[in-house]
Formats: sequence, structure tokens, C-alpha cells
Amino acid sequence: MSDIRWRHKDLLDTAELSASEITHLLDMAERFDEINARPVKKVPTLRGKGIVLFFAEPSTRTRTSFDVAGKRLSADTYALATSGSSITKGESLRDTALTLQAMAPNIIVIRHSVSGAAAFLAERLSCSVVNAGDGRHAHPTQALLDAFTLRRHWKGDMRGKRLLIVGDIAHSRVARSNVFLWQKFGVSVRVFGPRTLLPPGIRDWPVEVHEDLDEALDGVDAVMALRLQLERQQAGLLPDLAEYARRFCIGMHHLEKAAPDAVVLHPGPINRGLEIASDLADSGRSRILDQVAAGVAVRMAVLFTLGMRDESVHEYLADHKDGIERKRQADGAGAVSEPGQATTAGA
Amino acid sequence: MHSGTHVEYPSGPCPERPAGACGERKALFLERARLCPGIPGVGGGEHDVSALDGKIVACAPAGELEPPPDAERVPCAGKRLFPSFLDVHTHLRDPGHEYKEDIGSGLEAAAHGGFGSVMAMANTDPVNDRAAVTAYMTEKAARLHPRGPRLYPVGALTVGLAGKELAPMGELAAAGCVAFSNDGKGVADTEIFRRGMEYAAQWGRIVIDHCEDPSPARGALMNEGAVSGRAGIPGVPTVAEALHVARDILLSEYLDLPVHLAHISCRQSVELLRFAAERGLKVSAETCPHYLLLDDSLLEGFSAAAKVNPPLRSREDVRAVREAVRDGLIGVFATDHAPHAGHEKDQPLDQAPCGFIGLETALPLTYALVRDGLLNEAAFTRMWHSAPAAVFGIPVNNFAPGDPADFFLFDPDEEWTVCRAALHSKSLNTPFLGRRLRGRVTAHWLGGCRIV
Repeated sequence: MSDIRWRHKDLLDTAELSASEITHLLDMAERFDEINARPVKKVPTLRGKGIVLFFAEPSTRTRTSFDVAGKRLSADTYALATSGSSITKGESLRDTALTLQAMAPNIIVIRHSVSGAAAFLAERLSCSVVNAGDGRHAHPTQALLDAFTLRRHWKGDMRGKRLLIVGDIAHSRVARSNVFLWQKFGVSVRVFGPRTLLPPGIRDWPVEVHEDLDEALDGVDAVMALRLQLERQQAGLLPDLAEYARRFCIGMHHLEKAAPDAVVLHPGPINRGLEIASDLADSGRSRILDQVAAGVAVRMAVLFTLGMRDESVHEYLADHKDGIERKRQADGAGAVSEPGQATTAGA
Repeated sequence: MHSGTHVEYPSGPCPERPAGACGERKALFLERARLCPGIPGVGGGEHDVSALDGKIVACAPAGELEPPPDAERVPCAGKRLFPSFLDVHTHLRDPGHEYKEDIGSGLEAAAHGGFGSVMAMANTDPVNDRAAVTAYMTEKAARLHPRGPRLYPVGALTVGLAGKELAPMGELAAAGCVAFSNDGKGVADTEIFRRGMEYAAQWGRIVIDHCEDPSPARGALMNEGAVSGRAGIPGVPTVAEALHVARDILLSEYLDLPVHLAHISCRQSVELLRFAAERGLKVSAETCPHYLLLDDSLLEGFSAAAKVNPPLRSREDVRAVREAVRDGLIGVFATDHAPHAGHEKDQPLDQAPCGFIGLETALPLTYALVRDGLLNEAAFTRMWHSAPAAVFGIPVNNFAPGDPADFFLFDPDEEWTVCRAALHSKSLNTPFLGRRLRGRVTAHWLGGCRIV
């Protein structure tokens, strides 16, 4: 399973991974998912490795998911919540990071409200950094678990499939990480949402922007509803929530226009009746709980891959003196040292 | 200079450097300097310049003047000679933020950058909205840099820069403020801004506007566009700037009063400036080197080193601003020198403050436009010298008898690397850090005294 030489020190976004690297992670996640079905759900692979869960923004699901994933790999996980941390005492992110690093963890998992916060840490620290959501920018493990869920549902046959993402695209790191993941697998992505919640420049993204929900739904193989932050209304981006629910909430009847076996996803936590109708969320068409289970397996794959990374930190730092340049590596192409290995590695 | 008192800079030998660096001789004779074109009343080509007691005595084509017997002779051998430039937009951080910059270090940086005069914005702590602050600034400048660079404070337009009530501009003008501005934040209230323009005019002063409608700018960390959309960084649209550019142009016409628009950064503003120019309105505008050379793709890596206000714009905007400089719609260059400490800039985008230092990089960066064929040397000189001097009524050297003996030699081909050792500012926050630049001030005289 570990015969791939993983070239990335960090996981900051799906955009930096190649299709073969994503496939590698998903294949590995399948194997960890088998472990998760066993009575004893623990393997010794990361014994002695330390993982810091640095969540500077409220999160229960993602943090718990990383915690469970780390513990099932026998790593030591340490949670650092914002309240009670020195962040509330005015310490800069750089100093917090250096302090954490001095405790010599192998991996820092960061959730932060500012876009680019994970990259900020990654450029300054020698340990691996996993982005568990930075502002509106990226949430790569969420996109990977979405991919895991849909790849299973589509039985591995992803090319030509159609995914519709509905809701607040502008503020959604989930949407961004999904769009630039699916692009690599030939899945066509449609988006639909209030114009006030579409990001500038989206016409240049690899997506179809729809203005009519019925047209957007026509023939899609999956629908992903995004969480709506309730403060968008106060910010003047929306009239009222009732209007949103009437115009943008996905209900059971909407799926009639979709492909016969289309399913519904949601990154959670859901606002029932606002983004997704309650009966749909609880129906057989919903994959929301599968996503949660997939989250543990996918995060195990990510932590395992980074935790077992065999290249030395010093070698990495020598290669990447200019940290900014790294992020523009085109879609992570060529990031695997010997490309031929990547596809066979996790199988 | 407008009416009102201001600190007198001495002529004659420097009191603090009576010998040595300054030289004991009061007479100076520059031989065969290639005088830049673009100075009113003086042609280009090789000139000799004679100065005495800090003033120009004569400037004439090489060989026409007899060097005074006791003069210090400076052979220039065809090196380019410029009159000291004027930067109408700096932040010297003093009083209040001396760890970023102070009047001593800021003026030192100015001298090395080719500036003989700088206008310092009011967003100090305390804000320069009272005469005591103005006096503190000018007196400290005169004490630390008796020959210059000269410091011309810009007073606050509103008390505390809060945009609510007008600052005591009569008192501030009398203390030496040469203009008024709320620079750092836009004035949301159009009525306050309009009354500010009117009241400033009573004291013979002009208002400089930081054009930014605050509401579309709320929470923004960069320019709104393809880059901000992809990266998920909150952005401010160019409309926020252009709305206030339009407002100010309309007010200028309605009130028949001049207005100066700071750091123009986008195409929409340029189009509005064309509208103003076609109507012959008294609207002047400045832009800064970074809006001519850098675009918002620098933020793709979330680098706070590229965070500035107004933000770096799209490539299309950069093109439009360059064309506006070429066409004369933007007639003034300024640095918007905005020092910040390393630990302040080394933070995520939301925490890091806006701004770049610029005094020591501005000339090589804008001279690149001459090299690119966008500007001739005369226009380059005008934009750093006679044009801003005319807008604000600041006395500058035009090489006429009696003018201050402020001039520098500039080698457009000398290459140097932007780094700590090369700079005199206390801060190092420039997106050009580590870059090789072409063009350097090799010698600078202020009041006839060699400073650099």
C-alpha cells in the first residue's frame, strides 16, 4: 500500500493533486473502510506519530472525524480548541504554529476561518499540514470523501457523470474543492444558486452555471446541497430565509428531473427545510450518512499517506525554498516521482 | 508655497554636519551633468550648475559658466542630473508607530530614493488633526534633516479621520499642513466631503481623496475578480474606487474647486478621469509604481506581502493605468510609502496590514516605463517633480537662480537588489523584495549639501 513515493508535504487543496494521486487516496480509503467494518477497528500503522488537531473555527464533525481516523491508525492525537488556546490571548498564527511545531508533531490538521491559513502554516512549518477547511478556499478531505461516496455509488465509473452543486458557492470551500477535483475525472459540474452567492469569475471555472433549477437538475447523477450560513441574510446577500427555502431548497420532487438513480449529498450540518427537504435527507436517495462514514476512511488514508511519507523534511525544504511557487504547481501534475507507480500503488 | 507659516530650512553649512560629510565649502560646481529634460525654462543636454549657500546661482549648457575659484567641483561626466523629486504621498508613521518608521529614517529613505520633499499623511497616532502634531512633525524633520528632505504634512480632513466632523483646517494650515486628506479610509459621507473641499479652499489648500466607497469594501482583503473568486478571498470591486472618483469629479465641477485623487488603480477610474479631462476640470490624479507593474495574481499564493489598499488589480486594470500615465490622464507619481514591521506582515491575509514601502524603489520602478517607451524622460521628470509641485504649491528646484540647490545624479543602468542592506527605511515590506532593479540614485544634494 505504501509503495508510492508521496511528493506532497501537505494536503492543502484537491487542485494540487493529480487524478492518479486522488485515485490512490480513494483506493487506500476503500481498504481502511474495510477495517472500519471489523469488530476491532484499529491498525498499528502510525503508532508513535503525533497529530495535532488545531481547530481555530468551531467544528465538531470534521474534528471528530480526524480524531477517529488518527486513533484508528494508532497515532496520538491532540486537540487544540480555540477557546482556551493562546489565540484568544492575542498570539499570532505564526507563533501558535511555531509553538505547536516545537512539540514535534508529524502532522498538524488545521481548520481556520481565513482563506490561505493552511498554506500559511505549511510554508512555515516542516511538519505536514492538512487543511481541514480554510475560509472559503478549500476543504480537500471533504471533497475526497464526496468523491469516495460518489465513486462507490457510480461503481467506479465516473467519466461523463453530472453533478449539480446547489447553494452558496461564493463562500463555500466545499464547492471549490469539489469543482477542481471532479474536473480531473471528467465529471461535469453544474452549479445553481442565488446570483449574490456566486463567486466573481465563476464563468471561467470548469462548471456550467445555471439560472433555472429545473434545467440545472435535468439528467444529473448527483445533487450536492451546500450549507447556508445564516449570517448571509444579515450581510444583505439574501432577502429572507423563507424565500431561500422556496427557491433553492432541494426537495424530493426535484429528483424527478434527475437521472433515475441520482443521489443527494450534503457536507453537513444540514439546515432541514432550508437547503434540503427533511424527507429527502432521510430517504434512500440521501448519501449524507455514507459521507460521514467515508470521511473517517478518507482521513485515515490522508493521515497514513502523510504520516508515512518517506522523504526527509530537509530534502523537501531544500526543494521548496519559494513556498509560494509551490501552490501553482499545475494540478499537481508530475508531482508523483515515478508516475507509473501511482495507479498501481494503492490497488 | 501657500500662505501660512512653515518651518524654514536653513541655508549655509549644515549645523549638525558642519564639516566632513557636508563639506565646508559653500560653493558647489557641477560639471558636464546631463540635465534631464522636462524642467520648465531649461533645455536638456550637458549642463554646468553653480550653487552657493544652498541656492542655485546658475545653470547653463556645459562650458558657458566660469567655475567660482573656491567652489567644490563635481565632475559628472555626462551622468544624468535631476532636480530632487517630490513625493506627495508617504506615511512616515511618526508620531505613534515609530517601530515601523520615524521621521528620521523615513526622510533618510526619501533622500536615498531621490526625493527632496515628501508629503506625509495624517494617519499617525495621534492623528494629525491638530496643530501640535503638525508642529511636532515639521520641527522633528528640520532638526534631524536640516537640509532636507523637507517634510510637508498633510492634515486630517476630519477629526480622527473618522469622517464625521471637519478637522480645524485653518489652524492646521497655519501650522504648515499643505493639503488635507482622510487617506487610509474613504469618506463615506458626501456632505462632509463636499464641505471639506470648500473649507480647505478657504485656506488655499486642496483635498486629497482616498477614493473608496466603504460599503462594497467591507471585509475585503484584495481586489474582487477571478483571482479572489477562485481563492475564496473576500474582494473589493473596482467600483468602490470608481464611485468616489466619480463623486469627486462631479463635486469638483459643481463647486469649481480642485481635488486630487490618490493612488488610482483601475480602468473605471481612468475612464472617469478622461471624462474630467475632456471637461477641463481641476482634477489631478496620482498613481503608484505597484499599480503599474503588479497585478492581483500575486495574491494567488495568499501572500500578505502583496496586500495593499487600494489592492493590486487585474491585468486589464494595470494596462489601463499604464495607458492613463502615457496619455497624461494621471499626471502625478507617488509612492504611498507605507511601512509595516515584519511581524505585522508575516500573518494571514486578514491580520496583515495593507501597504508597501516605496521611497527607495520608486524611481527605478517608474524609470522602467521610460525604458518600455511608455514615457519619455521629460514626462517621467514632470510626474515626480513639476506636476505634483504645481498641484500642491510646493517649492522645488527648477535650476533657476535662487531655487533650492536640490538635485541628484541618477544612473539608469546601475543594478541593485532590493534587500535589507540596500534600504534605509526601518521596514522591509515590499513585494519587490529580492528583486533586481535597474536604476539608482548615486548622489543627492539637498540645500547644496551632499546627503547621499
